[in-house]
Amino acid sequence: MLTAFVPTARTATTHSLLIPELPDLIWGTLAFVIILVIVIRVFVPRMTAMFDARADAIEGGLKRAEEAQAGAQQALENYNAQLAEARAEASRIRDAAREDAKKIRAELVEAAQADANRIVANAQTQIEAERTSALVSLRAEVGTLALDLASGVIGEALDDDARAAAYVDRFLADMELEQSAAAQATGAKAKAGK
Amino acid sequence: MGPSIDEFFPGAILFAGTPFEMNRIMLIRVLVVIVLALIFVLGTRNLKIIPTRGQVALEFAYTFVRDSIVIGTLGEKDGKRFLPILMTIFFVTLGMDLTGTIPLLQIAGTSVIGLPLLMSLLAYALFIYAGIKQHGLKYFKNALILPGLNPFMAIFLALLEFLSTFIVRPVTLTLRLLMNMVAGHLLLSLCFLATQFFFFTVLAGGNPLGLLGIGTFAFGIAFTVLELFVAALQAYVITILTAIYLSMAIAEEH
Repeated sequence: MLTAFVPTARTATTHSLLIPELPDLIWGTLAFVIILVIVIRVFVPRMTAMFDARADAIEGGLKRAEEAQAGAQQALENYNAQLAEARAEASRIRDAAREDAKKIRAELVEAAQADANRIVANAQTQIEAERTSALVSLRAEVGTLALDLASGVIGEALDDDARAAAYVDRFLADMELEQSAAAQATGAKAKAGK
Repeated sequence: MGPSIDEFFPGAILFAGTPFEMNRIMLIRVLVVIVLALIFVLGTRNLKIIPTRGQVALEFAYTFVRDSIVIGTLGEKDGKRFLPILMTIFFVTLGMDLTGTIPLLQIAGTSVIGLPLLMSLLAYALFIYAGIKQHGLKYFKNALILPGLNPFMAIFLALLEFLSTFIVRPVTLTLRLLMNMVAGHLLLSLCFLATQFFFFTVLAGGNPLGLLGIGTFAFGIAFTVLELFVAALQAYVITILTAIYLSMAIAEEH
């Protein structure tokens, strides 16, 4: 019964697995040649073109990105350079301003000093002049007083001006001599008393 | 009645008695050619730099053959030269092998010797051509004679090299593909014919032994999956072996 399962019945055949038959070769060759032509003329060129286009697109994209990067770098450098320049400029302006301020201050100080000096000089001149005039008027007054006094004392008019003036002058000179002698005497006394 | 080699020689359908006699298997080949042509022509009609899903699948197949098989073996320059023909060998073999498991077709276009023999002879002619193109007639001397041996050994080894390179290569290339497909078909036929027999003869006759049909059916399914794998594997093997023969012929420098 089970022997029926076994593929024993191999019928006698005129065909062989290993010997090709003409239709087999013809259709096999045709099939292969048709596909070969399609692969050569259509499949490979189209795929190659597509892969090339893709590679180009990717490389182009990379190149564009690189260019953008370079541009950005350039812009950054320019910006930095400008910034540095601006900083240098600012510092130069600041230095100049400081320099100017110093100069202005020095000039002001100098002018003020000059003004002060002038004022002091003026004052001194004025004081000197007033002192001189005071001295002159005092001398005249003292002379008149003294002459009046002396006239009264000696009863003699000393109205001859030239003589009177000479007299007064002599008197004053004597008085100065006396005064300086007295001052020397007191100084010596003070020294001795010490 | 089990499967026999007559499976591979079905009756003529068209042009009976002429050299263009067409049987089922030849019709299947024509169908495969039409499908491949449609994929190659229509599938590449509108290729995009940013691919669609279908294009990704096509690109995957293309780059697999181009990079893993052809350029990986032959290098960039020689790979480009032989790319179209190796690509054709791969896709023709793959398409013709796959019909062995496609329902209603169920026999491989490569399961009769014509097509495997053609591709093997093509590979044979191609590597001899490549060798002669590269080295001139010195190619045969390079291929056969190993330097630095005593004359007796040299002759002996030349004989062996001749056998292995110029006789065995095309024969194994043909038979490996053919017999894988023949055996696969016989195995599947056996499983499914046995299932048919168990279910509709034995079980229908009231014999519970017919339940063995479940097992044979399961084996049939498993072998179908295996055949899918073998189909792809054989396409890979014949293509990469052709590429390797080419690279040996080009590089041969003893």
